[in-house]
Amino acid sequence: MTNTETTPVVPLPANTARHLTTAGALITIASTFLSWTWTSAFPGDLTVYGYPAGLQIITLVTAALTLLLALTGYKSGALARLNPSRSNNPTALAALGTFGVVWFTAIAIAVDLGGLVNLDPGGYIAAVGALITATGALGLPLHRNTRDSLHTPDWAERPALAPVHRALHTLRLAKPPQARPTSTPEPWIDRLTITVGIALGLVVFTYGIGTDDNASETFIGYLIAITLTAIALHHSGALDRFTNATTRHKALSAVLAFVAAALFPFTQSNDHNANLGVNILIFATVALGLNIVVGLTGLLDLGYVAFLGVGAYAAALVSGSEFSRFSGVQFPFWAAALTGMAASLVFGVLIGAPTLRLRGDYLAIVTLGFGEIFRLAVNNMDGTSGPNLTNGPNGISRIPDLKVFGFNLGDAHTFGSFTLGRFANYFFLMLLFTAIVVLVFTRASNSRIGRSWIAIREDETAATAMGINGFRVKLIAFALGASLAGLSGTVMAHVNYSVNPQPYMFAGAAPPNSAFLLAAVVLGGMGTVSGPLLGASLLYLIPEKLQFLKNYELLAFGLALVLLMRFRPEGIIANRRRQLEFHDTGQLDIPEQQSLPDSTTGAATAPDATKAGA
Amino acid sequence: MTTMTTTTTPQQTVLEARGVTMRFGGLTAVRNVDLTVSTGEIVGLIGPNGAGKTTFFNCLTGLYHPTEGTVAYKGTTLPPKPHLVTKAGMARTFQNIRLFANMTVLENVLVGRHTRTKEGLWSALLRGPGFRKAEAASEERAMELLKFTGLDHKRDHLARSLPYGEQRKLEIARALASEPGLLLLDEPTAGMNPQETRATEELVFAIRDKGIAVLVIEHDMRFIFNLCDRVAVLVQGEKLVEGTSDVVQGDERVVAAYLGTPFEGAPEDTALAEVQAAESHAAEDGTAGTAEAAEEGDAAQGDDDK
Ligand SMILES: Nc1ncnc2c1ncn2[C@@H]1O[C@H](COP(=O)(O)OP(=O)(O)OP(=O)(O)O)[C@@H](O)[C@H]1O
Ligand SMILES: [Mg+2]
Repeated sequence: MTNTETTPVVPLPANTARHLTTAGALITIASTFLSWTWTSAFPGDLTVYGYPAGLQIITLVTAALTLLLALTGYKSGALARLNPSRSNNPTALAALGTFGVVWFTAIAIAVDLGGLVNLDPGGYIAAVGALITATGALGLPLHRNTRDSLHTPDWAERPALAPVHRALHTLRLAKPPQARPTSTPEPWIDRLTITVGIALGLVVFTYGIGTDDNASETFIGYLIAITLTAIALHHSGALDRFTNATTRHKALSAVLAFVAAALFPFTQSNDHNANLGVNILIFATVALGLNIVVGLTGLLDLGYVAFLGVGAYAAALVSGSEFSRFSGVQFPFWAAALTGMAASLVFGVLIGAPTLRLRGDYLAIVTLGFGEIFRLAVNNMDGTSGPNLTNGPNGISRIPDLKVFGFNLGDAHTFGSFTLGRFANYFFLMLLFTAIVVLVFTRASNSRIGRSWIAIREDETAATAMGINGFRVKLIAFALGASLAGLSGTVMAHVNYSVNPQPYMFAGAAPPNSAFLLAAVVLGGMGTVSGPLLGASLLYLIPEKLQFLKNYELLAFGLALVLLMRFRPEGIIANRRRQLEFHDTGQLDIPEQQSLPDSTTGAATAPDATKAGA
Repeated sequence: MTTMTTTTTPQQTVLEARGVTMRFGGLTAVRNVDLTVSTGEIVGLIGPNGAGKTTFFNCLTGLYHPTEGTVAYKGTTLPPKPHLVTKAGMARTFQNIRLFANMTVLENVLVGRHTRTKEGLWSALLRGPGFRKAEAASEERAMELLKFTGLDHKRDHLARSLPYGEQRKLEIARALASEPGLLLLDEPTAGMNPQETRATEELVFAIRDKGIAVLVIEHDMRFIFNLCDRVAVLVQGEKLVEGTSDVVQGDERVVAAYLGTPFEGAPEDTALAEVQAAESHAAEDGTAGTAEAAEEGDAAQGDDDK
């Protein structure tokens, strides 16, 4: 490993740096119990002495993590689990997270309220503490890429842009080498790791969803904190431990994840957050369905949201709404769900059958067209410009609430001390559907049919030469994806009380639309289960919480995608395959193998020869 | 067209190609080629670069729809659909390796099992005992093939991370997984060193001993003449000679075709005679190909040709 070095960013003696980091973290922690500003006008009310609030809580958590990680550097054994890599990188990243949150808060207070006067002494103490801990942590010996090992892109050679490139690479932090675990840990340790990890996930997610919609500042602080903490845990190897434990205990992890999700409504006193929760679930489930088409089979579908719309309209038409064309008809929910699925399936086959014979970009164009045709058709089938079916732009409203086993999902129900409102009820229903889609995805992908999807994605010619009927297999993927979207659509129609053509477009400022769905898959990680779920949650929450972005949302969204594709093309959660595809680091979890002596020469010439073949 | 069929064939005919012709616009890449392969045979297909060997393979396996001619496997005419050809019992490898790069070694072979298993989406979703049994059987069969090709210790590696020689072996294992009666190998030793080439030779013999007929394209003459019961020579899309190694090695027209010396009645001349000026660039291609081969000479064995 000659491409990395262990050097500090800020030249400081290692011991001084460590003491500074610890002291800074302690000062920051203490400061969160002080008042940071004099007025409660700043979101989250940071005026109270004695207990932290809003951004102070986020600061407290990141600073505490920095402190713990810094303490692992003093050779204390008990904390080692937090930082299996024994590197200082996690400390530095956590410290940078603390610094980012505190200074963002301080600047936001000054900007929002008009001047530094608005900072209380607590705010200054926090800023100084965070600066000390960040400086100290950057003075620790860090695992970094050497200056020469970094690739200089063409644009960076222009004098005007060179500083930008240098700035982007000042830290040059590299993921520290991870010691291979000598043996698989005891099962109970794995189970504990999974439980703790998922519980933490629930807490973090719940906190994010619970931030005040009008307090964008708190949410931005939250994003800074989770991003840097996640990278810190990634560098420390703790995330690897967690993912390894989940791959060893897949069933347990899945069950616990659903239990955690089911606990979510109980943590919310406010039905508005449950509404957010159910919409996130719908969006995430649809993204997972799209992942079958895009992630597994490699078919670029740019009109996928139309299948969600078909399901939603089908369910609305048979819901018994007075605005429905068939207002007398009211199917029980199971029948409505099947109708929605069947309608989407039919459309999936109708669109897929002629187009899936095409390869590559043609399919993208045709699906894009279909998506728009759906919206326009639905817009016009109002009885004047077309047949009377969908009630045109007004859509079908006043969709009655569902009754499942005589249980009206529209009413609030009380369980002990918990009251579950309408959206919480739908949340549970949708969670059941999400579980079904997760099960379908995992089972299908890990089978003969799933392997043939992946084979088609990898090399369609070779796949057909291996006996795979490409058209048939692609059609199955396309139709399955469509019907899963239709299923989610049926719930969506009821949750939102109404359906109208507006959300079912290619790109819009708010999810769901085809571009956002695709972005959720790509951002989260193609071909994985948790990737699209995470990607969809982020893409739903960010526009929801950052209301001030409203007009610039698509711009921000585009920028974020460009940055993502530049720095992490495999998505947040990398499929092991894709990780290897984009970062040629060799096998991740397979012991090094001595290549056979007689195959070495062949290997050396391989890449050229392969490319040159006829 | 001279055809010297020397092998005694009491066995069943596996492959019977009749009058296969493939034209790309003005270029006739394969012209009226007949070829039969019987059970237990290893047949070689040689010819200078650009002679149309790969194109002929593509016609046999349904990747190309031949302009004229038919391909029959064990007496039944094959439709030009690659998946149906594989299902019927003809599997192939590619000159430019086409593995599923981001799938593991084991998964690659399992994909090869596709035609011999039939679990669809429903059984995958319901996971009944039948599904589990079929998956276990497939995996067992795939592991046998990996052992056979010597790749069992790499089962969980990604195909793309294998050294070149092993990628070629994996392609063979994947093709064998479809339980073919005829295996088509397109330059299986291209880019290999002499030891690897010898190992591949052994592997092809072992495949023949399993009762699978083999049709192999190769530029390595020593490899071909050691291995094959019969060799067909393709020059400019036409079959020039067919016969045992000795016959082909001794044929002056073959030597001439490889050295690029024109001679009386060469297919090149006939081609030029019957084809119009529009096709002349194709003939140039052919000459360029032969000149290249001449430079490499006989010593250039085992290297990839381009
Ligand atoms: N799809 C195609 N479209 C047009 N021309 C083609 C196509 N495929 C092959 N050819 C042409 O057909 C001729 C025969 O090519 P082919 O690849 O079959 O040669 P080959 O004998 O396999 O050569 P090599 O030894 O170099 O692999 C060449 O002139 C090639 O350019
Ligand atoms: Mg070829």
